[in-house]
Amino acid sequence: MEFVWVVLILPLVGALINGLLGRRMSKRAVSGVACGSVGVAFLFAVNALLGLLRLPPEERVFTQTLFDWIVAGGLSAKFSLLLDPLSAVMLLVVTGVGFLIHLYSVGYMGEDRDYSRYFSWLNLFTFSMLLLVLADNFLLLFVGWELVGLCSYLLIGFWFTKPSAASAAKKAFVVTRVGDFGFMIGLFLIFATFGTFDYFRVFEEAPQVLAYGGALATGITLLLFAGAVGKSAQIPLYVWLPDAMEGPTPVSALIHAATMVTAGVYLIARAYVLYELAPVSMAVVAAIGVATAFFAATMALVTHDIKRMLAYSTISQLGYMFLATGVGAYAAGMFHLVSHAFMKALLFLSAGSVMHALGGEETDMRRMGGLRTKLPYTSTVFLLGSLGLSGIPPLVGFFSKDLILEETFLSGNTTLWLVGLAAAVLTAFYMLRGHFLTFYGKPRYDETKVHPHESPPVMLWPLFALAALTVFGGILWISFLNFAPFEKFLEPVFEGARLVGEEEHPAALSTGMLVLLSVLAAGVGIGIAWLVYLRGVTVGEGLRRAFRPLYTLLYNRYYVDELYTALFVVPGRRLSEFLAGSFDQGLLNGIVNGVGRLVDALGGALRRVESGYIRAYAAWMLVGALAILIYLYLR
Amino acid sequence: MIGTLTALIFLPALGALAIALLRGDRDRADAQARRVALTFSFLTLLLGLWLLGRFELGEPGMQLLERASWIPALNVQYLVGVDGISLFLVLLTVVLVPLLLLVPWEPVRENYRLYAAMVLLLETGLLGVFLALDLVLFYVFWEAMLIPMYFLIGVWGGERRGYAAMKFFLYTMATSVLMLVAIIVLYVQFGTFDLLALQGTAMAPARELWLFLAFAAAFAVKTPLWPFHSWLPDAYREAPVVGTVLMAALMSKAGLYGFLRFGPTLFPNAFGEMIPYLLALALVGVLYGALVAVVQGDLKRMVAYSSLSHVGLVAMGVFAMSALSLAGAVLQMISHGLVIAGVFLLLALLAERFGGLRPMDAYGGLMHFMPRLGALALIFVFANVALPGTSNFVGEFLILVGTFVAEYRVYAILGAFVAVLSAIYMLWMTQRVFHNPPREELRDRARDLTAKEVALLAPLVLLVFWIGIYPKPLLQRIEPSTEMLLLNAQARVEQTLGIADPAPDLEDTLTQAQKEEGR
Repeated sequence: MEFVWVVLILPLVGALINGLLGRRMSKRAVSGVACGSVGVAFLFAVNALLGLLRLPPEERVFTQTLFDWIVAGGLSAKFSLLLDPLSAVMLLVVTGVGFLIHLYSVGYMGEDRDYSRYFSWLNLFTFSMLLLVLADNFLLLFVGWELVGLCSYLLIGFWFTKPSAASAAKKAFVVTRVGDFGFMIGLFLIFATFGTFDYFRVFEEAPQVLAYGGALATGITLLLFAGAVGKSAQIPLYVWLPDAMEGPTPVSALIHAATMVTAGVYLIARAYVLYELAPVSMAVVAAIGVATAFFAATMALVTHDIKRMLAYSTISQLGYMFLATGVGAYAAGMFHLVSHAFMKALLFLSAGSVMHALGGEETDMRRMGGLRTKLPYTSTVFLLGSLGLSGIPPLVGFFSKDLILEETFLSGNTTLWLVGLAAAVLTAFYMLRGHFLTFYGKPRYDETKVHPHESPPVMLWPLFALAALTVFGGILWISFLNFAPFEKFLEPVFEGARLVGEEEHPAALSTGMLVLLSVLAAGVGIGIAWLVYLRGVTVGEGLRRAFRPLYTLLYNRYYVDELYTALFVVPGRRLSEFLAGSFDQGLLNGIVNGVGRLVDALGGALRRVESGYIRAYAAWMLVGALAILIYLYLR
Repeated sequence: MIGTLTALIFLPALGALAIALLRGDRDRADAQARRVALTFSFLTLLLGLWLLGRFELGEPGMQLLERASWIPALNVQYLVGVDGISLFLVLLTVVLVPLLLLVPWEPVRENYRLYAAMVLLLETGLLGVFLALDLVLFYVFWEAMLIPMYFLIGVWGGERRGYAAMKFFLYTMATSVLMLVAIIVLYVQFGTFDLLALQGTAMAPARELWLFLAFAAAFAVKTPLWPFHSWLPDAYREAPVVGTVLMAALMSKAGLYGFLRFGPTLFPNAFGEMIPYLLALALVGVLYGALVAVVQGDLKRMVAYSSLSHVGLVAMGVFAMSALSLAGAVLQMISHGLVIAGVFLLLALLAERFGGLRPMDAYGGLMHFMPRLGALALIFVFANVALPGTSNFVGEFLILVGTFVAEYRVYAILGAFVAVLSAIYMLWMTQRVFHNPPREELRDRARDLTAKEVALLAPLVLLVFWIGIYPKPLLQRIEPSTEMLLLNAQARVEQTLGIADPAPDLEDTLTQAQKEEGR
């Protein structure tokens, strides 16, 4: 446990070595440093976990101060790390899944000319994410939060000579900064209220300082949530994530699916004490979560781009996590975070394997098809991921998603539950649609030019590992013989939470019934996808025409990007142009130059001087000043 | 016996004198002038580091005071001293000047001797401004900065150098004469120019206000505070890079330093009364500069407006007058100096390769041709958007959180929005210049940085990271002095309140003060 700082430092060292010396090192050495640093960090993380487990549950909190960071005028933010069950879970996901994705990248990025730059940034990201989850105060968390944003920018724009990639990187950074603007004000409020950023001091004092349901509690939590909305791509700031798919696919897997985008969920889980005091904020979190879950899923229904489909799916699944935290089911939200990390990393990496097989950057499912026989392994693991995400037992996604729906139902809000259930139908449909379009049917790629081949072992093994986690990960939650490892482990962290269902809502439906319903939802979605894309059942012409406008709306992503451009980008630009042009150059500069000319016109005698004899000016001013001085002195 | 501070101030001027005495063949004399200038500036740097070593930690007041009579008839003294507020500005100056003299690419073919002498004289002027504690001495150094800068722009500047130099000179001169008049009025009333003695004197409210405004005019133009910035885009654009760095990194700090040193000390009541207005100007500058920067197509002009925005934020920290915001403001002065110096040096390197700077849109994909320059540029881009880990984050965060806890919440919130705006203009620039498809016609000229050029920028990069990661050595020295400044001002305001009816906003200041102390 004392070595938890090593987990943090190793990827940074790797990033520095590869960043400064990588161009002079062999590819083998670069990948050795990159994968090695994260792999060893994972071992240290496991060691930290074992250290925690050796302690009695209520004592599982370990902090370590490395140095004073900002100490001034009553503000004291230390560079300290916090290891508790919540950060330990994140630590394992970041280093574990991160290691697999590093390994996979060795194959996927093998041919890239900027190999060392890629790994340097991937390591830097790992460091930043670890800092985010290990921070023991809000300000240090914010440091990690911004640094992962930087790495996201760098890696989305990894192929920066592509204008679309460069634009996507910029968009991601700017849009998340809008959320971070709220986050920062939240930080100001926290400091103004508590005089500190330390988690434990804030959480300890919160119940006394903040009135339950008061404006301050609501304000702080909503502002923090604004940051989460940006980083975790929720409504209304989700627009950057689909574009972020311009980055290399392993980056999408690591940053834009498994880890960084879940930071918002982690933030709320970490600060749950504050959220418990703000029922309005909780309701907002749950509502935005479930709305995003549904809304993003509808956009995933029609896209032809396999990576964008997965991106919408990520947005949607993140919505589920927020739904969970919003109804107070923090452990369930965290479990879905972990389970989604396994499944979505698996799906993205499989998609990468498909793209690799098709010779590079093909992401359009209209030019895929029939790949099942050519890519048997990839096809199988993709199917596992799809079924898992759909919530088919006994895959890990069944447990985590079902849990969220169940707890939502028990929280007494049937509307939230219904919307969540509907989104589950959509999830199953679009995932299987994607699977069928990619791997079944006739090949739609140019068979004379493209000869698909299964990926090399260095890419396949990480897929197998993630597939295994998808299949067996449910064990973490199964509670037989009073053995529920995940929930038990997190219990001490969330002990102050009001337990969902405690208020004894009349259980209209039994737990068994709920489980059945969510599996049924998945089944319906899969069934429709099967009918439409495998059996080729076509809907009637009338129905098709009736749905045409809806399809167009979805296909154009509800025109939200266009709306934002019209609402913010264009007027903002106009304002800037007005200020820079007529106002700054016209008015302000005009006044200054006008005064100059006026003086010039007033004194014809001065004209000679005006033409540039600066020394004369200086002399005159000095003479004038001296005259005043002498006058005053002699007076 | 010459004290450390006196030696520090006049060593560069001595160098300039030595250069003036150089005779003989032009090329040889220029080469010698370069060596002389470098030697003297490095000696000054060493002396600055020695000063840092001698600086006593935890002592909030003036240290290493040197006092001598200068013009006895007028009671003008030679009085210099250093505290936590001026210490790092001095260090910033002595670090930057040798780096600037090392800049090899500067198109200073003609009259190098005059050029080097001007840079050194400017250094003396700057150091004098930061260290002088007698008003006349301060004013002399203040004006002494102006002349070398006028020459730097007017002789070695760009196409419209005459216009830019004249505008800069007249604008700053006109307002600093107001300051001179105010200094004289102060003398007439109190019979001294000694800042330490003037501190703690009371005057009629109306007079205090007018005198403060006269001082403020000089500082507002120098900083520049919005809307007194009309000289800035022209001067930054036309000046040779070294001149621009000196203006942006150091001279603008002289204005901010002036506000901080004289406002709360000489005119605590007037300063307190004007705070809402000053804060408003600063805030407008923050947002205005950033908004205007968004649509600039010229790199130097974009950086100029970006600088207006950043300097506005520092001014906000000064005006908010809380322990946090003041410490942040002083730290951010240093940080902004380092970052803007790095940015302009990079632009100089670009200009050197492409025969002058081109509009942003004429570039594209430079990162592809020049990975080293691109990497350094990215570091400074993200320092400019105040990413944590860089010095700007520490400074700007302290300023904003300090402004917020000083109950100027709306200002802090609106000011924080610059985080979004700065990301927009910096990243848009990055995309247009460094990203996007590489233009083939740039390939021949796009040589990447040499090891020497990297070494030149390395100290700035290291300092930016160091202050971003471990600002403690700075804050430890800055804070006692800003704290004392704050307490003195508050005590003075309370004193005045004892005799006069409290004005409503002064009352606010007071309650804040109590709150601050309680914490």
